[in-house]
Amino acid sequence: MKKLESTLTNMLLALTGITVVMVGILAMMNELTREPIAQANAKTLSDAVAAVVPGFDNDPIAEKHVETVDGVEYTIYPATKGGESLGAAVESSALGFGGQLTIIVGFNKEGVINDYSVLKHAETPGLGAKADTWFKKGQKGDITGKSPANGDLTVSKDGGQIDAITASTITSRAFLKAVNNAYKVYQGNADAATGASQKSVAQAK
Amino acid sequence: MSNLKILLNGIIKENPAFVLMLGMCPTLGTTSSAINGMSMGLATTFVLICSNTVISSIKSIVPDKVRIPSFIVVIASFVTLLQMVMQAYTPALYTTLGLFIPLIVVNCIVLGRAEAFASKNKPIPSLFDGLGIGLGFTLALTILGAVRELNAPGASTKSSIP
Repeated sequence: MKKLESTLTNMLLALTGITVVMVGILAMMNELTREPIAQANAKTLSDAVAAVVPGFDNDPIAEKHVETVDGVEYTIYPATKGGESLGAAVESSALGFGGQLTIIVGFNKEGVINDYSVLKHAETPGLGAKADTWFKKGQKGDITGKSPANGDLTVSKDGGQIDAITASTITSRAFLKAVNNAYKVYQGNADAATGASQKSVAQAK
Repeated sequence: MSNLKILLNGIIKENPAFVLMLGMCPTLGTTSSAINGMSMGLATTFVLICSNTVISSIKSIVPDKVRIPSFIVVIASFVTLLQMVMQAYTPALYTTLGLFIPLIVVNCIVLGRAEAFASKNKPIPSLFDGLGIGLGFTLALTILGAVRELNAPGASTKSSIP
């Protein structure tokens, strides 16, 4: 078959035709993969929740509720076992060095940090990106077992007790800010749930 | 040229990374480990096979002056398709390869083969060319990834270089 001439009509028809066919195929694939993608994302989240507040027998994802403080959304996933509260996993974010740093922190019911997981970040690989392990149990900046109850957790440079990630103070500050805010939202929420004083959320600033 | 010859041509004589020196960006970016390199290679192979076959089949209805945009539309569609499938079924791999998956669109190997081979040959040989070049790329990335995995990070100086 001879090649089509490069006339305006031919060019328009060819480009439009190809685009329409390809868009059709993509739309179909989008329909097919929408469900599995949602499942995959949900699994990442539920794995993270299970890691930071272990031992629950309810469905924290289904019982989640969203709090908005100062325009930032915090999602709380309450963990209970046999109706007793075990604490909660709180999804929190702060502005890091390279963009939003989103973490999920697990608190036990006394407000002590159990574990955390970094859900999304845009920090520098090899520097700020180390946040996914740096603050874990047994690491240099261990935050597990600590609680922001008696004042915010801060890096040692700011007079706190947490060692910042080497050469990544901005990331470390953002990380701890997210943790502290998560705690405040969690406490505010715990108070609201037990009917006790409504401190917290207003103080969260 | 027989199909087998076309296939071997892509793997050895015209190996995209080692001989043609094309696609250096993903080559450097994704070969931090052998498995990452291999996954990236296979992803590119999939796009190459599909785009080569389709472009070769539609070459007669595409006027010369709009051939590049038409090819890019075809390539980009297959990359997007691949991206959705990977996000759905291999989320861990998708997170690791990250930005490099959408960047297959602008990988010069893919457009290069469309221009140099698919737009001049019949669909079946084009399919084999895509497969050959793709496998050659996969081979190169796997070897590079394996070498880097054994040496890095900081195997000799005990300090890590990202």
